Amino acid sequence: MDIEPVSTAIKTRFPEAITGSHIFRNELTLIVKKDSIVDIARFLKEDEALDFDFLSDLCGVDRVATDNVFEVVYHLYSLKKNHRIRLKVHVPSDDPCLSTVTGIWKTADWHERETYDMFGIAFEGHPDLRKILTPEDFEGYPLRKDYPLDGRQPTTLRDTYRKGEA
Amino acid sequence: MTETATTTTTTTHLMTINMGPQHPSTHGVLRLLLELDGEMIVKAVPHVGFLHRGVEKLAEYRTYHQCIPLTDRLDYVAPFSNNLAYALAVEKLLGVQAPERAHHIRVLLCELTRIASHLLWLATHALDIGAMSVFFYCFREREEIYDIFEMVSGARMHLSYIRVGGISRDLPGGFLEKTHAFVTGFPARLDEYETLLTDNPIWKKRTVGVGVISAEDAIDYGLSGPSLRGSGVNWDIRKSEPYSSYDKYNFSVPLGKNGDVYDRYRVRMEEMRQSNSIVHQALNILPRGDFLARIPNVTLPPKEDVETNMESMIGHFKLIMHGIHPPEGEVYSSIEAPKGELGFYIVSDGSSNPYRLKIRPPSFVNLEALPKMVEGRLLPDVVATIGSLDIVLGEIDR
Repeated sequence: MDIEPVSTAIKTRFPEAITGSHIFRNELTLIVKKDSIVDIARFLKEDEALDFDFLSDLCGVDRVATDNVFEVVYHLYSLKKNHRIRLKVHVPSDDPCLSTVTGIWKTADWHERETYDMFGIAFEGHPDLRKILTPEDFEGYPLRKDYPLDGRQPTTLRDTYRKGEA
Repeated sequence: MTETATTTTTTTHLMTINMGPQHPSTHGVLRLLLELDGEMIVKAVPHVGFLHRGVEKLAEYRTYHQCIPLTDRLDYVAPFSNNLAYALAVEKLLGVQAPERAHHIRVLLCELTRIASHLLWLATHALDIGAMSVFFYCFREREEIYDIFEMVSGARMHLSYIRVGGISRDLPGGFLEKTHAFVTGFPARLDEYETLLTDNPIWKKRTVGVGVISAEDAIDYGLSGPSLRGSGVNWDIRKSEPYSSYDKYNFSVPLGKNGDVYDRYRVRMEEMRQSNSIVHQALNILPRGDFLARIPNVTLPPKEDVETNMESMIGHFKLIMHGIHPPEGEVYSSIEAPKGELGFYIVSDGSSNPYRLKIRPPSFVNLEALPKMVEGRLLPDVVATIGSLDIVLGEIDR
């Protein structure tokens, strides 16, 4: 599958919302404006020529040190057309939030919960935005670069674990 | 919740019960919070994360080769597939290829892994539903495969056999004979299991029409692997985006129709036959040659060279001490693991550690669809449905 036409089709449809694109190792990446992600996601899924019906993955990347943003990365796949695309949204690190895509792909639910849990990125409109992997009273966002490898948890949580009440 | 419950149920007394995390049929430390009306499930909420070890965080502090043992511990019943998915992602990032022989050995071992993983699934799934003898049969065959793994890598579970650029060492003497003996006898064993289950009325009562998910829903929920193909969706990454040398093998992709527990069972049973045939083909066409590509600064030079050649010794030292330095960039690469699409997303900043390593575990995504499959059904169906999704908490929680 040729990825150039995919790139052109999206850029023609949303000339304003795509702020950058690159191809590395034959993988297409588009950088999308935060406010347009839901529109673009819906277009990608519903357009017959693109037909991105499968959300493979959704995750965060910490770019605070260099660009003062978090990236939210979407990996899309089309089962019928057999092509892939990567979308990226930059969310400012002082107010990390963006709209949910759970209305477009149900599978986004847990992925977004995980991204929230690991990076503290809030997904507006998510039906049930709770932590998923860390315990309820866990403090901090472990995959942020400023979170140390050996962790730092308040003594209360450690006590809870010690008593076996967690 | 109470309001919807009163309208749809016969009694206003809803009972909340906790299934797991220490429950044999949750296949590890899965906790389900079930709201029951009598025996009917009104609401199911999975709670995961009990096995969270922060693998993605750990990977950011390790060199690319040091991440390989971390991948063994994701889906610990299919370590070869995890190793391969990771190695392929790093190879893509570097723009390098493993030699032909390594490709075929990888395919061979990954298909044996698929058989071993499906055997464990069948054993425990049947045990959950009450067919105990299947468990013993399956473990007998799985043991033979684990003996082969031990022969190849020296370990039984955490193999770490695959390297970036190839595999760690060539196949040992006696491997081909032993594997050949296994694949020759295995189809008859599969038939034996089927006599116990496929037409068994009790098995069918527990599985047919249970845990149904339609093809559209399955795609929407991101299901992959046999759990998706049970609903009749023809998607297998080995066919759609062939990696290693799968395009040279002749095999079919079994599909279900109804998307129920029984169809997922049929799909996995047939997959084992197909995998067995792939292993058979691999044994016949296994080419000679290098098992590890010779790429300076990526793969270790052969031991003889390190002992006799100064350049190689320096190369060896530098690689061990400083690791691989891939170019700046990002790749996503996925394979058809026994449980579905296992993807690795690696972001490199040009240093010797991954800047970000994201794992797309098939079990995590497949489990998400569980409430959809069990709500409105009976409590025992939950056990059958979890079994049919074939989850491993090691990769869900990471």
